Amino acid sequence: MTSRTFEQGTDGRPRAEARYDQRTLADLMPTATAQVVSVSVPGSPAVARRLADLGFTPGTVVRVLRRAPLRDPLIYQVKDYEICLRRAQASCVNVVEVDR
Amino acid sequence: MSNSCHESGQPAAQLTQLPQVALVGAPNAGKTSVFNALTGLKAKTGNYPGVTVSRFAGTCRAGDRKFAVEDLPGSYGLDPVSLDEQVLVDVLDGDGMRAPDALLIVVDATTLRRSLGFVAQVLARGLPSCVVLSFTDELLRRQGAVDVDALSQALGVPVVAVVGHRGHGIAELREQLLDWRDWPTPVIPPPVDPGERDAWVESVLSYAGYRVAQPHGLTRRLDAVLLHPLLGTVVFFAVMVLFFQTVFALAAPLQGGVEAFFGVLSEWVAAHVTNPWLSGLLGDALIGGVGGVLVFLPQIMLLFLLISLLEGVGYMSRAAFLMDRVMGRAGLEGRAFVALLSSFACAIPGIMATRTLPSAKDRIATMMAAPLVTCAARLPVYVVLIGLLVDPAATFGPFGLQGLVMFGLYLLGAVSAMLAAWAFKKFGDRRSQPTPFYLEMPPYRLPSPRAILLAVWGAASSFLRKCSTIIVATTMVLWLLLNLPLHSTEQMQATGVDTADSAAVSAYVVDHSYAAEVGRLVAPVFDPLGFDWRINVGVLSAQSARETFVATLGQVAAAEDPEDPGDALRAMTYSDGPRAGEPVFTAPTIAALLVYFAFALQCMATVGVIRRETGTWRWPLVAFGYLTVTAWLMAYLARTVTAFFVG
Repeated sequence: MTSRTFEQGTDGRPRAEARYDQRTLADLMPTATAQVVSVSVPGSPAVARRLADLGFTPGTVVRVLRRAPLRDPLIYQVKDYEICLRRAQASCVNVVEVDR
Repeated sequence: MSNSCHESGQPAAQLTQLPQVALVGAPNAGKTSVFNALTGLKAKTGNYPGVTVSRFAGTCRAGDRKFAVEDLPGSYGLDPVSLDEQVLVDVLDGDGMRAPDALLIVVDATTLRRSLGFVAQVLARGLPSCVVLSFTDELLRRQGAVDVDALSQALGVPVVAVVGHRGHGIAELREQLLDWRDWPTPVIPPPVDPGERDAWVESVLSYAGYRVAQPHGLTRRLDAVLLHPLLGTVVFFAVMVLFFQTVFALAAPLQGGVEAFFGVLSEWVAAHVTNPWLSGLLGDALIGGVGGVLVFLPQIMLLFLLISLLEGVGYMSRAAFLMDRVMGRAGLEGRAFVALLSSFACAIPGIMATRTLPSAKDRIATMMAAPLVTCAARLPVYVVLIGLLVDPAATFGPFGLQGLVMFGLYLLGAVSAMLAAWAFKKFGDRRSQPTPFYLEMPPYRLPSPRAILLAVWGAASSFLRKCSTIIVATTMVLWLLLNLPLHSTEQMQATGVDTADSAAVSAYVVDHSYAAEVGRLVAPVFDPLGFDWRINVGVLSAQSARETFVATLGQVAAAEDPEDPGDALRAMTYSDGPRAGEPVFTAPTIAALLVYFAFALQCMATVGVIRRETGTWRWPLVAFGYLTVTAWLMAYLARTVTAFFVG
């Protein structure tokens, strides 16, 4: 699975800025807000698909809510609900930070 | 050995004639409360053939017709990333079992924007489907809105709004079930590609006038404290101390009550049945065995009361979030913490608590680790043996040495459990991909008392139905081994036994029992550990329950008070062999015995419950094998090291 698979956003906005911003969800600090660019899980399309099923689809806005005491896992708000991901999974979601 | 332990795998045969309705949905979507509302107490739990995935099936009456209802494993999507989800897909495909005739897709109304993606995937399979919209009360309370009829039009399938735990909407759902053959299907199946699907979801939501629920204020405020890096950790440990105290301390008097009751019962039998052998069989073996089953109930019921309370409130996912990093070191996830903590009281409820883990691999690894955690039944054995090993007055710094040895044994149990879990997770199945970890944080909710009672009832009844046979059978077989063959009074007097001295009589009976023969037979195996045949008999008798070891050894040593055999054991010497005349309970032997008890799976109830929870004999045999071998090796190591230091 390449990172290009889910790059077609639903709102049709161009994502040229993604080329210059290599951040993932795991790089963000709590209360940061970001927009999903793509999901790439090398060698495991099912996991990439699952992250999309959990709501991490291109164009979706995600907010970092909090970090666990030992800095992993993290809780994100996405598609009106809260979900906890380990860094390992969060780092598969490429994002661009947006101002809210 | 136990017929009832074999019946997991299929719900009752007559159910197969009925129309099969399956519940699908995400974890936390309210599937279980809809299932409970439809089936009530008639639900059966078992396992899917060959896998460690629990199967919940029951029947539901709608009008004058009956339906077989099955609660399928929860999932967020239909591309499986775990064994449980593979089972879900296999059932939907009818792979290896009958496919359901109709589906109820349970959807949390407050997470509709995410959940409709799952609905799209299920509808694309083309089975007659009905969407069950749960938590609609919560949606309204948090100023959200959705037009159920419009949603039904937009999706092209029937939609029923329910409040599962209150029973609202369940009558309507039953009515809807009657028409399952005529349920409309979407004219155009919804798209499955994630990009197109998002657009479809947005169009459905806007057609249904969906207004998203406001963030739950109480949840935000509670999480600010309960998930705070420092405060949250403090609260977590406080909750766990309370939790453990309840399972450990509150259950103890209840267990004492059960034991006392069966003690009275067996005394009554002893007083009324004159044939001593028959009275022993009825009073000690049968009643003792039944008591040995029921004694687990207080712990199991209290544990499931607490687990379903914590789960229902929403704290369990918070606890898992806080502990995930620590448990991740052992290859497990946060939720396994509760199961391992419960195992400090007893491995039986601990192993049953692995039901809360969503991944089969994690459940197996936790079950293989749980018997290593120092359970309450090891305590009396440790107390007696440490009393023999360490002088009560000995200190190390400000601490009593006896207490330190005890602490060391608890630490040994915890560390080896984590190592075992890690090893089983790492080497258990190296071909498969690691399961990704994700965990929904539901808003805090008030659980319904009905749901909690059903969870407690379900745990207790499945334990009784599936495990009582193996425990009663073990107790009876061991009693027979320890008491057969029969000896007449004349026979004993002929060999010079004082038949008026009950301690001497019971010592004679055990010394000449089949168990003693077994003890002598396995002597070469345990000889390197320093165990003589009498210790072997004690170890053998501990198979029904570890604490039996103390009483059996006391009996073998003809102690005045078999429950406190310290002095008699100290005086015990090897009766034959090259070490004849030397004391048995030397420091190296005691150390070996302590370590043996720390590792060995000397508990048939645990074997039975692993069999019940995994649905196969494979895992209890693996557990028994690896723990026995490890126990022997570690005991040998302990003996060698102690001998080196003691000289």
